[in-house]
Amino acid sequence: MSIDFKLNQNNLSRRKFIGIIFLAFCLLGVLVAMMGLISLLIQVILQGYEWVTPNLIFNYPSRHPEQAGLWAALIGTLYMMGLTALITVPTGVGAAIYLEEYAPKNWITSFIEINTSNLAGVPSIVYGLLGLSIFVYFLKLERSILAGSLTMSLLILPVLILASREAIKAVPRAHREAAFALGGDKWQVVKMAVLPNAFPGILTGVILALSRAIGEAAPMVAITALVYITFIPVTPMDRFTVMPIQIFNWVSRPQDDFRGLAAGGIIVLLILLLSMNSVAVILRNKFQKRSEE
Amino acid sequence: MILNNEQNKSNIILRVKNLSFYYGAFQALKNISLDIEANKVTAIIGPSGCGKSTLLRCFNRMNDLFSKSKLEGQIIFDDLDIYSQSIDPVLIRSKIGMVFQKPNPFPKSIYDNVAFGLRINGFAGNYDEEIERALIQSALWDEVKDRLKDNAYSLSGGQQQRLCIARALAIRPDVILLDEPTSALDPIGTVKIEDLVNVLKNDYTIIIVTHNMQQAARVSDKTAFLLSGEDRCGILIEYDYTKNIFSNPKMKETEDYITGRFS
Repeated sequence: MSIDFKLNQNNLSRRKFIGIIFLAFCLLGVLVAMMGLISLLIQVILQGYEWVTPNLIFNYPSRHPEQAGLWAALIGTLYMMGLTALITVPTGVGAAIYLEEYAPKNWITSFIEINTSNLAGVPSIVYGLLGLSIFVYFLKLERSILAGSLTMSLLILPVLILASREAIKAVPRAHREAAFALGGDKWQVVKMAVLPNAFPGILTGVILALSRAIGEAAPMVAITALVYITFIPVTPMDRFTVMPIQIFNWVSRPQDDFRGLAAGGIIVLLILLLSMNSVAVILRNKFQKRSEE
Repeated sequence: MILNNEQNKSNIILRVKNLSFYYGAFQALKNISLDIEANKVTAIIGPSGCGKSTLLRCFNRMNDLFSKSKLEGQIIFDDLDIYSQSIDPVLIRSKIGMVFQKPNPFPKSIYDNVAFGLRINGFAGNYDEEIERALIQSALWDEVKDRLKDNAYSLSGGQQQRLCIARALAIRPDVILLDEPTSALDPIGTVKIEDLVNVLKNDYTIIIVTHNMQQAARVSDKTAFLLSGEDRCGILIEYDYTKNIFSNPKMKETEDYITGRFS
């Protein structure tokens, strides 16, 4: 007896062909994304590498490009990010824990849930104007680092809440049950069984949220609107500027040299962003390994 | 149908009285009454969906975690009605421990897994001693004594399940509930757990749910046979000494089930 493969053969070549087309599309997608990123990086580096000097990092802004630097903006960015993290992480993780673990399943909760997702998509300038009217004018915080950090926190809170909730939701029910069965009360179960498990995921959310905040210029334009700062902020009530605003200002200058300077600033910003991300990724991998080995 | 065990009443540690249980509108258990003897192994058997796990979870109020569950009747633990208003389920669970179907150690070290319950319950004594005791009792000590700091997931499935038993033993419960503890294990792991159950009954009262009738026959002193009726609601068909259930069942349904006429 011989086996008849004829029908299957026809079918097979067709299926393989479709598979190859699909693969080609996927590769094309990867290529386009990578090309965009790589050409951007190459252009910025070619234009700006000469300008990345101690002057750029340690000098205050100046009319003369060769003397201008972003010391005030760099410190302003670091200061604001630190304060933003201090405000956002406890609030965001707390909100996520409440919504996932404690909130009763009713229409108020689902209303909050839907709106958290919606808020994550609101344009950042809207948050800038909100921060301007609430923190700067109504609460009279002036154009301070505190007002900027609070505004930035509003902007990234929804992102962090969503990510943290996903992380908490992904903790296996078996771990919760095991902790309850050992006589844990709700808070002990959350603290000792749920949070350690969700920690890598929450950390990823923190990275994503802070990465978004560090590059945002629009809300900061509304809050600080300052470029020429020749001091570094000390208290949270001091005025400040941030790197994206400084870079934006340099790009819009007529002199060519300032565009080189802007490219240099972008390189510094990217280095800051990438090193922040890698520290967080290393931390996350360390904890993930511990929990999955 | 219900065993009258009048000869030694003080030996009864758990008394289930007319227990009915509901998930929302669905009734999962109907009018179940049985007495659990101390320092004995009681098996709960029956086909899938008859409510044996639900019954087991009534003993340590794990069903409270489902928001729409409702219980009627009583479970008396020693002299305490564990479903009375004044009883905190958290306290019940520290006296009635539980081991689940799939090994579920925490993603922590072997040591920290066993220490978990002690920490939760605010134990202030010598942790090393208690952990060694629990691991010896669960027959795991010799295999892990040199690697207590290793992650629990580096253990085999059977070892993980014995670790879960050690974790439950660490807080010195009176009763241990085993919910199909070997269904995810290989034959060797299964034998080790069964041997362990035989030893543990000297110090603890054990209630084990199993879908494996041979296992019930091997490890248990008494067996409860549950069956779901036409409305898919679980009822207790027969409860007796295991040797009677398997050699001389009184009810036709029991006989049909243990001889494999339906499953």
